[in-house]
Amino acid sequence: MREVYVVGIGITSFSRLEYPLSEIAAYPAMMALADCGLAGVDQVYVANMGAARINRQTGLASAVVDTLSLTPAGAALIENGPASGASAIKEGFLAVASGVHDVVLVTGAERMREVNNLEATDFVATLSHPLAEYIYGITLPSLAGMFTRLYMERYGVTSRHLAMVAVKNHDNAMLNPFAHLHQKITIEALLDSPEALTNNPYVAEPLRFFDMCPVSDGGACVILAAADVAKKVKRPLVRLAGVGQATDTHAVQEREDPTDLLAVRRAAAKSFEMAGVKPPDVNVAELHDAFTILEIVESEEVGFFKKGEGHLALERGETRLTGRIPINPSGGLKAKGHPVGATGIGQAHEIVTQLRGEAKKRQAKNAKVGFTCNFGGFGNNVVCLTFIRED
Amino acid sequence: MAVDLEKLLRPVDHPYPPFEAKFMKVASGEDMVVRQITRDEVPDLLPHIEPLLHVERDYYDIVAARVYAELLAYYRHRVQDEYVLVAQIDGELAAVVNGRFVNPDVGMSYHTLALRRGLRVGAHAFAAKMEYHIDIAKQKEVLIVAESPIGFRRWMIEYQLEKRFETPHELGGVPSYALTRALFDRARNTLVVGRRPVPGALLRKAQAAILPPSNPPKPPADPLAAARAQGDPTNAAVLHPPPEKGKGA
Repeated sequence: MREVYVVGIGITSFSRLEYPLSEIAAYPAMMALADCGLAGVDQVYVANMGAARINRQTGLASAVVDTLSLTPAGAALIENGPASGASAIKEGFLAVASGVHDVVLVTGAERMREVNNLEATDFVATLSHPLAEYIYGITLPSLAGMFTRLYMERYGVTSRHLAMVAVKNHDNAMLNPFAHLHQKITIEALLDSPEALTNNPYVAEPLRFFDMCPVSDGGACVILAAADVAKKVKRPLVRLAGVGQATDTHAVQEREDPTDLLAVRRAAAKSFEMAGVKPPDVNVAELHDAFTILEIVESEEVGFFKKGEGHLALERGETRLTGRIPINPSGGLKAKGHPVGATGIGQAHEIVTQLRGEAKKRQAKNAKVGFTCNFGGFGNNVVCLTFIRED
Repeated sequence: MAVDLEKLLRPVDHPYPPFEAKFMKVASGEDMVVRQITRDEVPDLLPHIEPLLHVERDYYDIVAARVYAELLAYYRHRVQDEYVLVAQIDGELAAVVNGRFVNPDVGMSYHTLALRRGLRVGAHAFAAKMEYHIDIAKQKEVLIVAESPIGFRRWMIEYQLEKRFETPHELGGVPSYALTRALFDRARNTLVVGRRPVPGALLRKAQAAILPPSNPPKPPADPLAAARAQGDPTNAAVLHPPPEKGKGA
């Protein structure tokens, strides 16, 4: 198996973008091509979840490859729910590692703000089990609410811990020009003031408004290449060293212990094993905090902290930008935004930026090993990536 | 002669009670003051509204244009029993809401214009407007329309307003809905916030000047804006010819 490098990256602002979906996918790809100076690629993978349903567009990859004038490169769409982005990177990795292709462009895009929030919530809910969950009105916030209640009872996580995640990630997003939410928030205003219940109403108890990620449009791109190409491109050498994917039951109720996110645990373990590193070696991570509780739980399941102790590490400030293992320096899904199909690639973009030392005010110190966790469904399909700075 | 005509053109306002200023803490941790302004303050307000006429997003252009006209109408005495409330954070204009009293029982909500996003300032200001009609002026109901999807979700859905489709609204166009006292009572504990009296220093700062918003709504984002702002990070990059074709096609 050949080694695979990230040679180019690009991203749009995560926000509300009033551009055609194919252009939201193409813009970051143009940035990534400019970043590495390559003029052509062998294969294009496009990550997206909602084009057919929300934007009434199919065959998105064909549109994107033509928009980019990259024909006759191969092109294919990767749809794997909110894990579409990292899944597409995985396919790109396999294509280069196997020797089938030398250069693969992986771009992701979503334009969710084309519909209102009710339709967007329903669209995301379609990834739940159609007979055991969806027909009963389940949504991702409601699943996360039930999960959070169980987790609080078992491990002592409180609403204050959840708010600490939100405040930290909003603070980080203030330093990220691409982030959706440039808005400082305070725990006092969210939990303690007389206006707290109005500022931060319950959405799916115990989760409140500021425990939820925004609905975002956005695109992100990485270009993967074999070592000989990477060495010609005069950019810092960042190797995609580990790729792990794992699945769990489709319906959450069928899990032996619903508070265990086994797919996260297994995907992370695979990724670390392939990369030849262990969780304590990681210097910076992007975890899939679509809900604040998920950052805490994923930080345990991937091995940064013991099970049930993620919130204690949060209290100690270990996950802040200045902490031992900065988590979500980009602002995470919580504040950077969550254009579902592009999210996993946005995470990779942030980690490569960090490993290159180009993250400016949000730069994590001594970032040599970076990690991403892209969480599909409610933990039923997870892709974890490990990146290593080599030079 | 012109003075006589002005007597005809200028409606006589009725003595409705004033809105007592209140304040609340918003999600950013800042204190926001909601207060009624006088006609004399309208010229200070207009320059902060005008730029929004050119923001073709979330109906800011149409709402700002109509608010601008309504503020002028208030300033020049062309609408009877109109009032204007402003929300200010650290002196900066955060929201403008207005309306008028049709008669002792019925209020007419005009517009809600939020100049800071993501903090529910528009929702807080709208709630203050409803409080003015129902609690302070003791009216039975307020007629409301929405011109944007955001407004429809905020008012018609969150307050579960009653339909009054048969009753024309002064803004025209879309059908009227009504907030009744019963609906307001139901929303009171969750949607209506604020404390009185406003601490002296806080109120004085708000009254001293209506400062322009430091981060007003902007036109649609350019997807590459942030990347461009960072400059070209690729100084070291060189252009290579495309890789050999044949593998990927």
